[in-house]
Formats: sequence, C-alpha cells, structure tokens
Amino acid sequence: MMASIKLEGLEKTYPGGVQAVKGVDLEVADGEFVVLVGPSGCGKSTLLRMVAGLETISAGALYIGKRRVNELEPAQRDIAMVFQNYALYPHMTVFDNLAYGLKNRGFKRDEIRRRVEEAARMLEIEAFLPRKPRQLSGGQRQRVAMGRALVREPAVFLFDEPLSNLDAKLRVQMRVEIKRLQRRLKTTSLYVTHDQLEAMTLGDRLVVLNGGRIEQVGTPMEIYARPASLFVATFIGSPAMNLLPLGALLSGPGAASHGALLGDLPPGTGILGIRPDALRLEAPHGPHLTLSATLELFEAAGAESHLHVRLAGSGQPLVIRTAGQPAVAEGQRLHFHITRDALHPFHRETGRRLDDTLKTKEQAA
Amino acid sequence: MQTKRMTFPGRWLPYALLAPQVIVTLIFFIWPSLQALYMSLLREDAFGLNSTFVGLANFARLFADDTYLDSLSVTAMFAIGTTLLSMSAALLLAATVNRMLRSRNAYTTLLVWPYAIAPAIAGVLWWFIFNPSIGIVPYALEMLGYRWNHRTSGNDAMMLVIIAAAWKQIAYNFLFFLAGLQSIPQSLIEAAAIDGAGPVKRFWTIVFPLLSPTTFFLMVVNVVYAMFDTFGVIHATTQGGPSQATNTLVYKVYADGFVGLNLGSSAAQSVILMAIVVLLTVVQFRFIERRVNY
Repeated sequence: MMASIKLEGLEKTYPGGVQAVKGVDLEVADGEFVVLVGPSGCGKSTLLRMVAGLETISAGALYIGKRRVNELEPAQRDIAMVFQNYALYPHMTVFDNLAYGLKNRGFKRDEIRRRVEEAARMLEIEAFLPRKPRQLSGGQRQRVAMGRALVREPAVFLFDEPLSNLDAKLRVQMRVEIKRLQRRLKTTSLYVTHDQLEAMTLGDRLVVLNGGRIEQVGTPMEIYARPASLFVATFIGSPAMNLLPLGALLSGPGAASHGALLGDLPPGTGILGIRPDALRLEAPHGPHLTLSATLELFEAAGAESHLHVRLAGSGQPLVIRTAGQPAVAEGQRLHFHITRDALHPFHRETGRRLDDTLKTKEQAA
Repeated sequence: MQTKRMTFPGRWLPYALLAPQVIVTLIFFIWPSLQALYMSLLREDAFGLNSTFVGLANFARLFADDTYLDSLSVTAMFAIGTTLLSMSAALLLAATVNRMLRSRNAYTTLLVWPYAIAPAIAGVLWWFIFNPSIGIVPYALEMLGYRWNHRTSGNDAMMLVIIAAAWKQIAYNFLFFLAGLQSIPQSLIEAAAIDGAGPVKRFWTIVFPLLSPTTFFLMVVNVVYAMFDTFGVIHATTQGGPSQATNTLVYKVYADGFVGLNLGSSAAQSVILMAIVVLLTVVQFRFIERRVNY
C-alpha cells in the first residue's frame, strides 16, 4: 500500500502562543523521498510530528492518500516512524521490538514471524533477533529501528534525524542503505535532517525550512544551482556560498571593468552570491570578472583546498574552493576569476533571488 | 569505571569528619541491638531485680506461642495490604500527575505533604475519621448499610491500620514512581502509539515493565516500612486490638516488653525482627544489582 501526502496550510501554534509552523503547503508524490531540511528551530521536526500525529494540528489540513487524517490517532494513519534516539523498547528482544506493532494490530503468529524474519533478512539483523537492544551497537540499533518501521509495511515512512546519533563513518554507510532501501520498497518517505549534505544526497526533492515557513522546494540540484533566497544560498552547499555586496565590486580596483559586465543585473540587486568553486585561479575563456585579494588562510582538505581571502579595497572575506593543492602562500596577493553566469543576484532588501538572464523553470513561491 | 580520588591532607581529618555519624550509629543502633541480643538470652524475675541466663528458651517459647504465630500472620497481612494499597495508589497518582504539564509541580508538592506528618498525628487523624461514634466515614458507611466498628471487628481494625499506614507512605512511593515515569523517554511512548497500542496497553506493555526496578525497590521499602515503622500509627488507632487483630510484630515487642514487662521475650522478638530486616536488605541488594535486566 502506498500513498501520497498533502499538507494544506499546516500551522502549529503552542498554547503559549509560539508559532512553530506558519502555514506549510506541500505535496509528496506516491513513492517519493522528500527531505525536510533547515537549522534547529525551523519547525521541521514539529512538521514531521504533525504528520505522524504526535503533535496536534492547529490549522490547515493533512491528507495521507485520499484520507484527511487531521484528527486520526498516530496508529490509524498507516505511518511508521524512525526516531532520532531509535526509541527501541529496552525490555524486549529485537524480535519482540519488531513484532510489537504487528501484535497490537492482531496479526497471526505465523504472519508476524514471516514478516519479522523477512525484515531482519533485508536489514541483516537476523543474528540479533534474540538479543536485547542494549546488547547492540549504535548502527545495529539503527537497523532495528528501521526494521520496526519496515515490518508494518506502512503507506509512509517518517524519519526524524535518524542518523544524527551515529559517528561520521557509519552515518555515510547508513545513508546509502536508507536510500537503497527506499528505492527498493518505493515507500513514500518524509525525512527530517539539519545536515545539508544528508539532505542533498538522500532526497528526490528537498524542502528548505526557515522560521516555520518553506523557503524553497525543489530537487537537490535545482536548489543548489538556483537558491531562491539568501537563506537557502548559505544553508545548502559547503563551504557556504559567498555573499558579496554589489557595492564592493563597483568600487575599488577594477570597478570600471566590473561595471561594464554587471550592467545587465536585474534591477534591485544588492547582493551577489558566488559559490566557492565558481571562483577560479585560472582565467576562463569568455567574459569574466577578475578580482584581487589577499590570502589569509589556506586549508588543505585532501582532494580539495579552501582559500580564505579578503578582497582588495573593500576587505570583504571570501572562501574559494579549488581542486588539489595550488602553490600559494598565506599573505600572498592573488587574482581570481569568475564568469558572469556564476553570479547569483539577490534583492537588496528582501534577500530573494532575482531572476537574471539565465532563466530556467520558475519556482512557484 | 574511573572515580575521582579525593585525598585529605592529614590522617585525622577524615576520621574526625566520620566520627559524628559513627558515634550516633554506635550509641543509637549498634549498642541497643547488642543489648537486645544479650537480653534475649536472659529471663528477668517479676520485679526486675535479677535475671538468669536461659539460652534460647525465649525463642523456643515464642515459636510455641500461638499468639506470636498469630501476630506473624497479622503482620504478613498488614504488610502485604499496606504495600499493595500505598503502591497502587501512588502509581495511579504518579501516572496521572505525569500527564499534567503546568500543574505538575503544584500537585507534586501537595501530594508529598502527608510524608511530613508524624505517624502519631496521622494515626489520630484516621482515628477521628474512622471513629465509630463521631467519624465521618462510619457515618457514610452506615448510610450504605455497613456498620463500621474497628473496636469490635478485627477486619475493620485491620482495614483501618492498613489505610492509615498506607496513606503515610503514598507520598514516598509517589515521588519514586513519578521520577521513574519521567525517566522513561517520551519517544518510547510515541513509538508505541504509532505501533498501535492504546493508552492502557502502552502502560502495561511499555511503562510498567520499564518501572519494574522502581517497583521492586519500593516493594522492599514498603514491606520494611509496614513491618517496622508503623508502631505510631497502630498505637494511635487500635493499639493492637481488638483481640490481637492488629497486633503486629513491632507492636507486640512494645506491648510485651513495656506493658507486659516480659523483657526477655520482647528482646527475643526484636532479634527476630532484626533478622527479618537483614534478610530483606540482602534480597534488595541482590536484586538491585541485577535490576537493569532489560
């Protein structure tokens, strides 16, 4: 059984008057993997818990499949959830942990055994079925938590930062497994994380949340290539996008040549966003800007390096990402180049993206 | 596990700091206990002028004495009744208070107050409430067709002492249950809710099993309380009557020793009580070591 999810003007207001979710509209297609991403306090977990039925809905409507589920208990929504702390029942064996939900729903003993064993096989936790959760490592507990969601064969999977308690290496491994599993089962999934890399790599689509509102919805590459606001621009991508006031380019050295190239920026542009890897040490073909700056700090990160520089004249800090290890020294004056199409223009007051000459598909705001 | 090691500058300071506690324990616990052990082997004459060594005769007599064996079973009933009543009431209150958000602290404070009341005062309180002539409860029961009189009915008397003793202990149990409930992660309850368990089922399949260490600890504490700490309550309400119906072991130690002035027998009874305490303590520590068995 599968289902789409539809959120219509969903709002959450706590008794104290704090509004955690301020009107969210979202449609998740059947079988789609959507990641809710944002900084802590942006309302992403609250939103997920509202879908799960663990938080009441203050306003708006929530549909799972064709049913309106606003008033339904969590158990009646045909969802399964993986919690950040796994929430395994410590006094039950792994088998009983997986079987608990099935027993409560009155499944036959044989059917329970069959489903639990199948899920255990899929997650490679068969050997742990007779053990208690405390005898398992973090990664194994994580698998059991996934297994508990799997056995129920729900219409929707909800993940609440399921990887944040794992160490870095295991996190990457489990990330791949979650993706593989979701591809195979094709169960509609909603996944919450604050980790933009996790979001980028897992989601079919991302929903970037900030202050209880949606900032942008789109595929990971859409969002990376065309961030809709300054917030999204700096939140997605690492190192974060550089933000440069337009004035810093139109004054100081080379202002005249910049002015010619920047003349066609949309009206109202106040800030230019530049990805760290769009700044190059070698001059590209075609029209480009050339900036000069002083290297303050050089970070070698193996396959790539990060150069922290300050623009000559305005003193604006910038981060440049280059492949390999360029022969540079801290304190050195550098010249680097950027093509016109790598500039992301943002409005000087609203911080929203201003569409320039490189229009692609417009996002519905 | 690594523990931080504190070192004192001199040799005498740590002993000096320990001394008050050690002295209090020696004077008020160890010495009287040894005294009781010694006296349990003696028999005094009727005037308390001299005593003779009789070996274990006091113990032999006790176990041949029907009233003592009767007191044993009264104590067992009283301890079980008190423990069950006070623990189930406390668990119910704790589970209810745990669901509250803002009023939780206010209720917790109010519910803890009975613990601060002296046992004798609590006993008098219940003596008034259940007084067959002027009490409110017998009056209410009378309307329901039940004639309450703990002065004549052994069962009524037992009920009264159980209620009075349990009431005193509810506050203590309540605090421990509430702490136990609050240490259960909310996500477990939520996971169970998603797994299709209703509130009652969640309580019995998730919450109650996870409370078992607390429950076990409280069980031992309550049994010890009922057996040894309820003298005041019984003395203020029934004084062991009617016809020994509420004459628990502890009360009997007092009645035989200080009223009956049979000091040898009374001392022997204290020694038996001591042995029971030791046993319960051993049981408690044995199980508490293994209590996190989930």
